[in-house]
Amino acid sequence: MKRGGEKLCRALLEVSNLKTHFFMKSGILRAVDGIDLTVRAGEVVGLVGESGSGKSIAGLSIMGLIDSPGRIVDGRITFNGVDLIGLDDEAMRRLRGNRIAMIFQDPMMTLNPVLTIGTQMIETLAAHQGADRLSKSAMRKRAVEALGRVGIASPHERLAAYPHQLSGGMRQRVAIAIALLNDPDLIICDEPTTALDVTIQAQILAEMQTLIRKSESALIWITHDLTVIAGLADRVAVMYAGRIVESGTTAQMLEAPRHPYTRGLIDSTPAAAAKRNDRGIERGLAGSSDPASRRLAQIPGVPPSLAHLPRGCAFRPRCSRATEACLIEPPAVVDGSGRSLRCFHPIEAGARH
Amino acid sequence: MNATILELRGVSKRFVQAPDLSTRIARALQRKPDAGVVHAVDGVDLSIAKGEVVGLVGESGCGKSTLGRIVAGLHAPSSGTRLWKGHVVDAASMRDARQRLAIQMIFQDPYASLNPRMRVVDLIGEAPVAHGLWPRSDRVARVVDLLAHVGLDASALRRYPHQFSGGQRARIGIARALAVQPELLVCDEAVAALDVSIQAQVLNLFMQLRDEADPELGLTYLFISHDLGVVRHLSDRVLIMYLGRIVESASTVDLFAQSNHPYTQELLAQTPTLDVGKQIFTTIRGEIPSPLAPPSGCHFHPRCPRAKEVPDHRCSRERPLLKTVASGHASACHLNDMDSSPFKGDGFAAA
Repeated sequence: MKRGGEKLCRALLEVSNLKTHFFMKSGILRAVDGIDLTVRAGEVVGLVGESGSGKSIAGLSIMGLIDSPGRIVDGRITFNGVDLIGLDDEAMRRLRGNRIAMIFQDPMMTLNPVLTIGTQMIETLAAHQGADRLSKSAMRKRAVEALGRVGIASPHERLAAYPHQLSGGMRQRVAIAIALLNDPDLIICDEPTTALDVTIQAQILAEMQTLIRKSESALIWITHDLTVIAGLADRVAVMYAGRIVESGTTAQMLEAPRHPYTRGLIDSTPAAAAKRNDRGIERGLAGSSDPASRRLAQIPGVPPSLAHLPRGCAFRPRCSRATEACLIEPPAVVDGSGRSLRCFHPIEAGARH
Repeated sequence: MNATILELRGVSKRFVQAPDLSTRIARALQRKPDAGVVHAVDGVDLSIAKGEVVGLVGESGCGKSTLGRIVAGLHAPSSGTRLWKGHVVDAASMRDARQRLAIQMIFQDPYASLNPRMRVVDLIGEAPVAHGLWPRSDRVARVVDLLAHVGLDASALRRYPHQFSGGQRARIGIARALAVQPELLVCDEAVAALDVSIQAQVLNLFMQLRDEADPELGLTYLFISHDLGVVRHLSDRVLIMYLGRIVESASTVDLFAQSNHPYTQELLAQTPTLDVGKQIFTTIRGEIPSPLAPPSGCHFHPRCPRAKEVPDHRCSRERPLLKTVASGHASACHLNDMDSSPFKGDGFAAA
């Protein structure tokens, strides 16, 4: 939000009613079942959900990386005015790694273990060259620059290294450097810091912040960790069982969530409990000594299996507010501020519980 | 505080890399005299009181899991002594089954620690029956009790581990550890692999088990995690570990309110919070060094932002000892010895 208003106006990516289903012997898995998502240029959007919520499949669908038995059965993905679903393989390949890049949780998914870092970076550059063909030495220079940008010390020497010679945090930096090589308009990050230590996670988050501030790139940050999103994203969308149940600005979502699932997700984190506790201490109440106050507000039950989704609202069996009405699928309602919500019994604005 | 049940004195664990052919040749030619020795744990003193929840925090590779395994008796220390209720534990006393059963471990990946070909009733019921803690005839009834205790119903009895979700498997792992009536539970990243909503359920289960147990049977935990948020929530006391050494030890409230060691302060600064607004992530320079070649003196000095303040390069020459800086608060940092910076809580942190 701090980064210039007019830049944020143009919609870079528009996903509407996207449905990606997997056709298994046992039945149809609706991994992504009608999501709408808009990403504007230079914006950071957090896509939050637990495992099995379809958040990664949503990212892969945008990249055009869905394989059989999965298929995009409905919806539109418009990127810079081009419909990605109708695009042939060749055109999609030209876009991928060039205008849209993806960073995965495990950097070894991106990196080839038998090629040096330098070879892999130069390949990426060479594959997406336009009319202005770069010389080999110019490409090496670009690769060194990209490694330097993500905070890798002595990038010249690192070009000759193989992925196994680097630590986990270094590999993830290299993966990020490769994603940034062609200055993409959109980067999709699928839990890139989940497997890393707090200190390394903080380094990577800090570098991502600087990088997106400098470039015009937009970011979709897929994660299960709300605390990572809190400091990074402009807007947040929460997914549950293949649908976006609530979306809005980061402040709206974290400070006044309206969907019971969003509320539950926030309250489940130890960070929320610590916040509650601090507030208690300020008011002179008993702090951590009281066992009841140390309990986390948990959501009962487990996320549903996509093969056996409950009728109506998928969150109904775990929801304390559910009624008969929830046996019908709640439609997405968008208010004036662009905040969308799928719930018949939302938490009233301003209410705390 | 209650009596100490477990104590480690000067415990170290070294892993020696077996020399491969090329190393042996090199050594024969006297090119490379030293074998690779990893000092996973380096002179650690630790005591855990009955009924206490101790959190052990560190980055990956700092030796926290090795320390957990030494506490649980799965690794014998290379040097130092391990005491259980005041008695030295050696190989002979480890042969005593009751001694081994008193400490149980819960691992990060519940699927890898459950035999996939056994049903839940056998997974949980086998050990206590084999050790004569339960009569065989009581087995099913006792397993049902335990399952109810950890929030599973009796329908789980005849099922296999693959038929459960991650959170349910974690509960089965906990029930199995509890079956032999342990006094100390060592949890090694027990909730790290779980989703947020499931993690909250399992953390609450740990809290509930501790609160409801009668004080005589009360459980004691050593909770190992890289996640300060989880540890803060659960623990009474927190130990911060860096490259095989404990650098700070304090009650949870003290540690989060007025941490002393620069490493702890950096860790705290980097833990993401739920506060909205662009958090500016600050960073510790560099990564945790290889335990094969740890830095001299204070292991943290190459990354420490305040090492320059200590005169005579003392940080790179001399190992700082874990000294008491306040009641129940110990820290291993040369800064505490300097006249200019006596430990004064927030003044220290803000500097």
